[in-house]
This record gives sequence, C-alpha cells and structure tokens, in this order.
Amino acid sequence: MVKSVTSFGRSGLYDWLIQRVSAVVLTAYSVFMVIYLLNNPDLTYAQWEGLFEMTSMRIFSLMALMSLGAHTWIGLWSVSTDYIKPMGYRFAFQMVTGAFMFAYTIWGIQLLWGL
Amino acid sequence: MLTVSVYRYHPEQDQKPYMQDFQVDTGGKDLMVLDVLHLLKEQDSGLAFRRSCREGVCGSDGMSINGVNGLACITPLSECVKNNQLVLRPLPALPVVRDLVIDMEQFYQNYERIKPFLQNDTPEPAIERLQSPEDREKLDGLYECILCACCSTACPSFWWNPDKFVGPSGLLQAYRFLADSRDTATEERLAELDDPFSVFRCHGIMNCVSVCPKGLNPTKAIGHIRNMLLSRGT
Repeated sequence: MVKSVTSFGRSGLYDWLIQRVSAVVLTAYSVFMVIYLLNNPDLTYAQWEGLFEMTSMRIFSLMALMSLGAHTWIGLWSVSTDYIKPMGYRFAFQMVTGAFMFAYTIWGIQLLWGL
Repeated sequence: MLTVSVYRYHPEQDQKPYMQDFQVDTGGKDLMVLDVLHLLKEQDSGLAFRRSCREGVCGSDGMSINGVNGLACITPLSECVKNNQLVLRPLPALPVVRDLVIDMEQFYQNYERIKPFLQNDTPEPAIERLQSPEDREKLDGLYECILCACCSTACPSFWWNPDKFVGPSGLLQAYRFLADSRDTATEERLAELDDPFSVFRCHGIMNCVSVCPKGLNPTKAIGHIRNMLLSRGT
C-alpha cells in the first residue's frame, strides 16, 4: 500500500471511479450544450438567461462544474506525480492546481446563482 | 554483413555509456538475436549480457531489440532487423550494471510486494488442496509469466514511479493469486492494492501486451483486479 495524502480521495479506486463518473457527466453536459446551441441558432440573451434560471439546468451545470474540478484535479495530480520529481515543486504545483480548482468552482457557483 | 550497434558501459572504465558498432557475418541465416550476441562475444569477449536456457523459458536475456523489448533467444533477425541494422540496448528504466546487464532489484521488490505465494489459513487436507478443472483454467494466461521484465520496463507508468506502481508483471502475478480458488488472502491482497499508485497508475496503454514474449495480457489482468476492487468498494 502506497500512502498518498494529496490525491483527491486518498484511495485509488475512489479517484478512478470519480474520474470515470465525472467524464460521463462532462460528456453529457457537452452533448447537451452542442445540441441546444445547434437547435437555437438565433439564441437571444433572454433565452440563454431563461435556460440557466431553470433549477434543473442549474443542478446540471453545478454537477458539470464539480465534475470538471474533480476531473482536472485527479488528472493534474497524476501528471504531477509522474513528471515533477522534486517534492517542493510537486507540492507547489498541486497547491496551485487545487487553489485554481477551488476558485473556479466557487466562482461558477456564484455565476449560476447570481443571475 | 549485419551492422550491430550495441550499448556499452563498463562502470569501472567508462565515464558514460556509448554505442559500439560491430559487423557480423550471419552467413545468410535467420539467426536469433542471442546467436548474434554470441558472434559478437567472439569479437569482443568483454561484452556482457545475461542468458541461460536460450529457448524463452528462463527470461534472462530480455533487452531492447531495435527499440522493442523482447527476449534475444526467441527473436529471429527477420522479425527485428531494419535496413540491415540491429540496435541492442539494455531494458529501459532499470539501472545498468554493465553493457546489456541491468540491476533488477526494483523489479523483484515489486514482485515481492504482491506476496507471490499461496496463502491459505484453513487446516491442511490429508493429501493436497484440490481444485476443479474450471478453477484451474482461470490461472491460464497468468502462471506462465517468466519474470523477464520486458513488460514492466516498457511501461511509462513504471518508468516514472517504479517504487510505487507495481508494474504489469507484478500485477499479472497479483491477479494469478487473486484468481486462485485455493488462496484465502483475497481481502488482504486487495487492501494492499487500493491506493492511487499500485494498480491505478496503469493507464491501459498496453505496451506490456505488445512486448510480452509469452503472449500474455497483463492489461486484462489489471482490469480484473480493478473490477475486484470495484466490487469490494461499491
């Protein structure tokens, strides 16, 4: 058993599962967005605002946002443990990544509920 | 004449490794790479490489043959030579002891980590622990591994984290005991593997499958371990 305290869930299985589930959510969200935009070529701001005022859309968007944060964190954490060997640089990279993910998630929540 | 370029490094004599070219007369025969190495040895008796059974059973002569890991004794020239040139290097990722001989300590440590022996706490039966033909069949494609290290040293995840990621060879062996109906340490074995490195650092690129000289499929075994961890954890 390899101890790891900076990975997302501190379990290989948990991280692996979250990576897959978040990928499915992000795919579904992307497909939905592409289909919506293709079906609304003359999209107005009012329509766009209406879409994001729906609770279901806000939940779907938040789910996609959280998935993006978790997916990116797990992916970049793996990259850092593969390629950045000096512990100081690796930990700094992980902290910066974590700070960005946290900021983007909070900012996204503010955007979704701030309309 | 075949041009053979060989990785040379003698730590007591050389500042750094270098490639040495040899011209070898194969007599027009489709020799095995190991035969070529023996011809090179006649030209330079100082050339170091491992070999033993010369028939793909002992796993001693794993090396990088024109960029692809394989066993020199069962790789014919017709399969690997391009533009009449053969390039031989030691297996990547592990420290070089001398020329084509590598230090396999890390590889064996990873093998040791997965406890490659049968564990069974139940009282021993009078004769032996029996296994049905169906259960025995589950070990096919697993027990044949000869620990040549061709797969693990072809795996980038092993290159980056050899001390943390068990590697395809060790994981194939891990599943060999997880799949064994006579082994009762399944829970302990799985608990040892459920971290972000040991198993889950495998990204399924299948280099191990493409180089295995015994035609085994470590990626599939790793997939089975993942499924067992998933069943246990969900």
